[in-house]
Amino acid sequence: MTENELAALSIADLQLLLRRREVSPREVIDALRERIEAVDPDIGAYLSIDIEAATKEAEHANVDLPLGGIPIAIKDIINVMGQPCTCASKILKGYRAPYDAAVIENLRAAGAIPFGKTNLDEFAMGSSTENSALKSTCNPWDLSRVPGGSSGGSAAAVAADQAFGALGSDTGGSIRQPAALCGVVGLKPTYGRVSRFGLVAFASSLDQIGPVTKTVRDAALIMNAIAGHDLQDSTSLNEPVPDYNASLGNDLRGVRLGVPKEYMIEGIDPQVRAAIDAAVKQLNSLGAEIVEVSLPSTEYAVAVYYIIATAEASANLARFDGVRYGYRAENPKDVLDLYGRTREEGLGPEVKRRIILGTYVLSSGYYDAYYLRAQKVRELIRRDFASAFEKVDALISPTSPVAAFTFGERGADPLQMYLADIFTIAANLAGICGISVPCGFAELDGHRLPIGLQLLGKPLDEARILQIAHAYEQSTDWHKRRPPITSTLPKV
Amino acid sequence: MAGTSDLDVAYVARLARINLTEDEAKIFQKQLDDVLKYVEKLRQVDVTGADAAAHALPVFNVFREDAPRDWFTATQALSNAPRQANGLFVVPKVVE
Repeated sequence: MTENELAALSIADLQLLLRRREVSPREVIDALRERIEAVDPDIGAYLSIDIEAATKEAEHANVDLPLGGIPIAIKDIINVMGQPCTCASKILKGYRAPYDAAVIENLRAAGAIPFGKTNLDEFAMGSSTENSALKSTCNPWDLSRVPGGSSGGSAAAVAADQAFGALGSDTGGSIRQPAALCGVVGLKPTYGRVSRFGLVAFASSLDQIGPVTKTVRDAALIMNAIAGHDLQDSTSLNEPVPDYNASLGNDLRGVRLGVPKEYMIEGIDPQVRAAIDAAVKQLNSLGAEIVEVSLPSTEYAVAVYYIIATAEASANLARFDGVRYGYRAENPKDVLDLYGRTREEGLGPEVKRRIILGTYVLSSGYYDAYYLRAQKVRELIRRDFASAFEKVDALISPTSPVAAFTFGERGADPLQMYLADIFTIAANLAGICGISVPCGFAELDGHRLPIGLQLLGKPLDEARILQIAHAYEQSTDWHKRRPPITSTLPKV
Repeated sequence: MAGTSDLDVAYVARLARINLTEDEAKIFQKQLDDVLKYVEKLRQVDVTGADAAAHALPVFNVFREDAPRDWFTATQALSNAPRQANGLFVVPKVVE
């Protein structure tokens, strides 16, 4: 088996080889390193990799643990002890995490090796990874296009076989949308299912950590390791964790799927729509019953989100003031000058815009009109889902209305970028779980660009959406298609 | 610097402790005016009977044992400080 073939394996397949001692954890790290050296100069998925630390861990790996010896890439907004955690921001220059996030402790306990920190939109604010202050990440399917965001580095790394699996974070679609645009699987768990302790907070009532993987089964395997109660995160749910892997493989007879009529909007690319229609037919042929449902408050989701998320961000990002960690402006004349210039010099434009908007919507005289009203509409959105889920087991939609767009295409107008999240945002507002799974390709400028199918599930019903996504995935071969990077980019 | 909304970017940026150049303030003013115009659609929604949802799921009053445990030493907590001395963070003088 060549290094490239080894790097292309799913977690489940790699696990088999490791357990049969046909390959050693050390060889896995070496193969991954070679693959990254060959393709990452073009993709730009990683911000940092500590090969030495990973190699050391590989030498002590216990391959009989659930994820024993399997390297997992980590979005660079999750603390891994001793490693940088830049959040793709200049303001965290020089910071090294003094502790492991709860998900990292959980991955280690399952035998996995945290391997490399992946690029993102600064503080996870964006839908294209273009807001990274440190690096550009390209879509492996077409290097002139974005990988989506904000977990664009994680999705591009997995798509380009530079990671067997990765962790991302999802505040308004930041796992599912880049997974869709890069042709991989991305799961946003139910709010509270996975501890956020050690995740740098963006919008605390929305943030959730989840897996980005090559297959649905791999997402289930990572969920088995990271889901569960944690006293260090007061929003963590104390509910039993099922074996997500065990429910895969069942057929879909008796499953009822809802197509929200409000999601069939204008502005969905015709090729995306055709792929979703075909996927719905396919799910139907697998035994699922398809019904139309209504989510009447859909059109308000983006507006609600950009009030609540920015309000929470304005409070969460107050901690970046040049005192305790990261960048500090030079020669401040007083403490206000220290804060003002540290934040001016350390934060990028999108982050500044959101902090300003968030500060405004929380300010005296405007709080009721914006923030309080948004929270009430959020409740209506939550109720929409609750009543839809009385009729169906899961909802189906596109993950993104469009396939990957080109660099700069949506950058000039923040509002246009925000509208790219229209199908993913409501799940965060309602706290429900969602998954994106590859469902076809759009042809644009001679490139094949992946399309994602989104399945939304009830709170704590990850097992169900994984099962449906798996049944669909196994009935297609979309997940087996690889981006053309090896053939077009002979390297090193 | 007022735009089409009540938002005064330069003023709010000061509240948020972010220095902005005049050019930046001008660009943000236009962009955020557009966003605020977009979110005006929330005014049409009938929210009678809807409680404000601070949270997606009904979890309240989460407590844990108030028990001591090992955590950062002062050295670890200070390990990322841009400036420190005598086990303390150093900042510009705040009171005269």
